[in-house]
Amino acid sequence: MSKDNHHHIVEYRNHILVLALLIALTVITVAITSVELGPYNTAAAMVIASIKAAIVLLYFMHLRFDQKIYRFMATIVILIFMAVIVVTFFDYLYR
Amino acid sequence: METTATHHADMHRDDDASKIGMWLFIFTEILLFGGLFIVYSVYRFRNPVAFHIAHEELSITMGLINTIILLISSATVAISISAIQKNDRKISMMMLGLTLLFALIFLVNKYFEWGAKFEHGMYPGSDLMTMLSHGDMLFFSLYFFMTGLHAVHIIVGMILLSVSLFKVRSGAIHSTRFVLLENSGLYWHLVDLIWIFLFPLFYLIH
Repeated sequence: MSKDNHHHIVEYRNHILVLALLIALTVITVAITSVELGPYNTAAAMVIASIKAAIVLLYFMHLRFDQKIYRFMATIVILIFMAVIVVTFFDYLYR
Repeated sequence: METTATHHADMHRDDDASKIGMWLFIFTEILLFGGLFIVYSVYRFRNPVAFHIAHEELSITMGLINTIILLISSATVAISISAIQKNDRKISMMMLGLTLLFALIFLVNKYFEWGAKFEHGMYPGSDLMTMLSHGDMLFFSLYFFMTGLHAVHIIVGMILLSVSLFKVRSGAIHSTRFVLLENSGLYWHLVDLIWIFLFPLFYLIH
């Protein structure tokens, strides 16, 4: 019933690499938003934050290595959340 | 072999179910904070100038330091889980200890950050706060509520990680049974995940 290979061990080195990437992205966000880009400021900050969130979910939270069911559930929740955002802003923009 | 057979029969244990349960809980947390993020963006959309001016009151350096501290603490938890899988209890415990230390530093920074605001008479329900314009008040109310709720999550995470640390030490968590540590780790990454969005929204965007 239970699979033997269901625990994938991630090497310490890989965690450190992921951490370095996340810190680099954080510094990039601060640098980008300190420049005046108008509305693109928000877009850039949010795109980078989403990339960071995806990295945390896939690597630190093991979604990339775990069984597919976790990835599937997480995707559905994110899609529901995005749908709520879209509906809310349609309401406020075209009221 | 007789003993191992009864051993397994006695112990009802389903690590996958525990983990699915933890993920379901994490989803409710994501939707809780997600709802707050939507409230924030709608108010920001309706009061762009006030939010812009109010956000300049927050220190980007302080926010950046706390972001990096949380990212490092997330990595140490992840390493701690890899270590227990490799049956290296020493490293696992060391990494959990480091995580708790970083969590404490985060809270101390938060204390000074909030403390400075309180000293200027800026706290929920203060005279200064009630005199602010509608937009400014919304910004600071959301700032205190969302970072405060996040800090509560940090404290809960610290409790979970402390329990895991003690169980690693006592041997209750080991290389074939570590779902509690894994779930505490998932919770801690969630705390990091929320901060990844809080930081740009409150400190950076203008």
